[in-house]
Amino acid sequence: MDFGSVVSILINSLMAMVPIVLTSVGAVWSERAGVVSIGYEGVLLMSAFFGAIVAEITGHATMGLIGGMVTGIVLGMLHGVLTVYLKGDHVIPGIGINLLALGVVPFGLIAYWGTAGQHQVAVTLWSLETQYGRLSPMVLVTIIVALVTWWVLFRTPLGLRVRAVGENPEAADALGINVEKYRFWSTVYGHALAGLGGAYMSVAWLGVVQKTMSAGRGFIALANMVFSGWNPLVALIGGWLFGFFDALAAWLAPFHLIPGQFILMLPYVMTLIIVAGIIGKARPPKWDGRPYKRE
Amino acid sequence: MKSSKSDALRLLNFKAFIESIIAILVGFLIGAVVLIVFGYNPVDTYYWLFKGALGSTSGIAATLAYSTPIMLTALTFAISARTGIFNIGAEGSFYFGAIAAVIFTNVWGNMWFGLAMGMLLGALWALPAAFLKVYRGVHEVISTIMLNWIAFFFVLWLVVGPYANPNDPNKTIRIPQSARLPLIGNTDLSIAAPIAIIVAILVYYLLWHTTFGFGMRASGLNQKAARYGGVNPKSAIIWSFIIGGITSGLGGAMKVMGEPPTYAISQGMANIYGLGFDGIGVSLVGRNHPLGIILSAMFFGMLRAGTPLMQAGARVPLEIIKVIQGIIVITVAIPGLYDLIKKSIEGREA
Repeated sequence: MDFGSVVSILINSLMAMVPIVLTSVGAVWSERAGVVSIGYEGVLLMSAFFGAIVAEITGHATMGLIGGMVTGIVLGMLHGVLTVYLKGDHVIPGIGINLLALGVVPFGLIAYWGTAGQHQVAVTLWSLETQYGRLSPMVLVTIIVALVTWWVLFRTPLGLRVRAVGENPEAADALGINVEKYRFWSTVYGHALAGLGGAYMSVAWLGVVQKTMSAGRGFIALANMVFSGWNPLVALIGGWLFGFFDALAAWLAPFHLIPGQFILMLPYVMTLIIVAGIIGKARPPKWDGRPYKRE
Repeated sequence: MKSSKSDALRLLNFKAFIESIIAILVGFLIGAVVLIVFGYNPVDTYYWLFKGALGSTSGIAATLAYSTPIMLTALTFAISARTGIFNIGAEGSFYFGAIAAVIFTNVWGNMWFGLAMGMLLGALWALPAAFLKVYRGVHEVISTIMLNWIAFFFVLWLVVGPYANPNDPNKTIRIPQSARLPLIGNTDLSIAAPIAIIVAILVYYLLWHTTFGFGMRASGLNQKAARYGGVNPKSAIIWSFIIGGITSGLGGAMKVMGEPPTYAISQGMANIYGLGFDGIGVSLVGRNHPLGIILSAMFFGMLRAGTPLMQAGARVPLEIIKVIQGIIVITVAIPGLYDLIKKSIEGREA
């Protein structure tokens, strides 16, 4: 492996890291506040679709990114109302959002663009062209989001309150913290970041909308969240690791050393091995996934 | 799990039944809005949909044929949900059931052998997630989704590689004549449909009328209480994965062994993809109850069976059905839907 390939894999791993890290960091925040969501796979897919539509209508890729975030916010509010205010189960709405995405995106591809396979997005985000590959400014944004989220979560009163709501809502409630409000907006923040990550896939990184483009990244992000021990900084490193396997698989593919299907399996096998290896040590917030009802 | 306690006590809970009906209506209503937004006529769409599914003998046969695999994958989700687990792995076991049928009926062209091997491979593929859950504490949603992707690429390799049809590169080799499931009457419906219904009734009997099943449900309701009652929640969880793998594996095997005229896995696994995920929706609408699942699988089968005529008559892409399914599942997730609606109606009258 020559120097150029190494640099190229590293750059591509940074590009592949973005949706996973953004989703993981959002999921960390939401679960720190006690709300579990497994709907991020669907959020990524739907925000990739709606983000691309907004980008093409407005003619600006950044508007597409915002459109993706808004998609995430709407879905996050839906999840928040069901779980936080109506005290419903945390897993089932996520399943519903994932199933909905499997319908909305293929239907939308045909109904909106008249294509059954994939749509090439006409407006994409500017990126730095290097001789080893493209580098999107979203990589920097992602790193900043992870750093800022970590800082706010562990170094500010706001973060303390969010963690209190997820660890011990009774005590938080007694201190006068509005548990439901903090949980609801934490859920919205988590989904908004995933929405940004989804729109990044269609309007910046891949430049296409496909019905299978999320490819399990929403779930890989959840695995990465567990791997990180619910810490945004570790999630940044873990997300880069998954991005690395993604980039490595893409780099290996043309060599036909082994059947392509086995190379495509790599990120999922690694996820399984890593999660199986580190869990047991990882401890979720105490009230994660449990509805809190005031006595 | 808010309503599981009352569900477990009654056969088919009236409130739950009404809630599912409301969810279905909401699905159609929002589906209609989506259709209008994209410039289609919803009345026309639904007319052709139901005409296609129920307007002829072949339509009804198609409804039952489509309901068969999702009934079996729904059982996978329901059995685990009753044990307190979210097993999303029906998809992977389904692929392995299908490829097992292709491989082993070509070794020995016997129908029962094909079905048995489908169930065996389906169950084996469910085991890693079960062990990871019980011995490593890995959340089953993450492990089963990863295993689904690994299964997808592994079976895809078998489909395009070793078991590709040399005479037709778009398919695998076919199920030999001697191992195909017999068809019912003069239709394309195979005996897979009645077998699936029998399996659902067996699962119902197992869960509600045996000590073994009581132990599984008890550990789903309250692990600590179950342990005091002499139930080992770990073995209950492992068994729920195994039995779930068996039903999905059987579904995969019957899909290829009972699907005229293909009797093979088609290109890109198109004819076996997604049926595990659809089963989750079927199970949730059927309130994770085997008898409810028989009904809701037939409902979802009807939606799917009506799509060819809907596409031809109203020129609407068939994916709208998946949009409606997703909305139905999200609506099912609203807790106490029945009470909410009742309260708002009474509030208006008062």
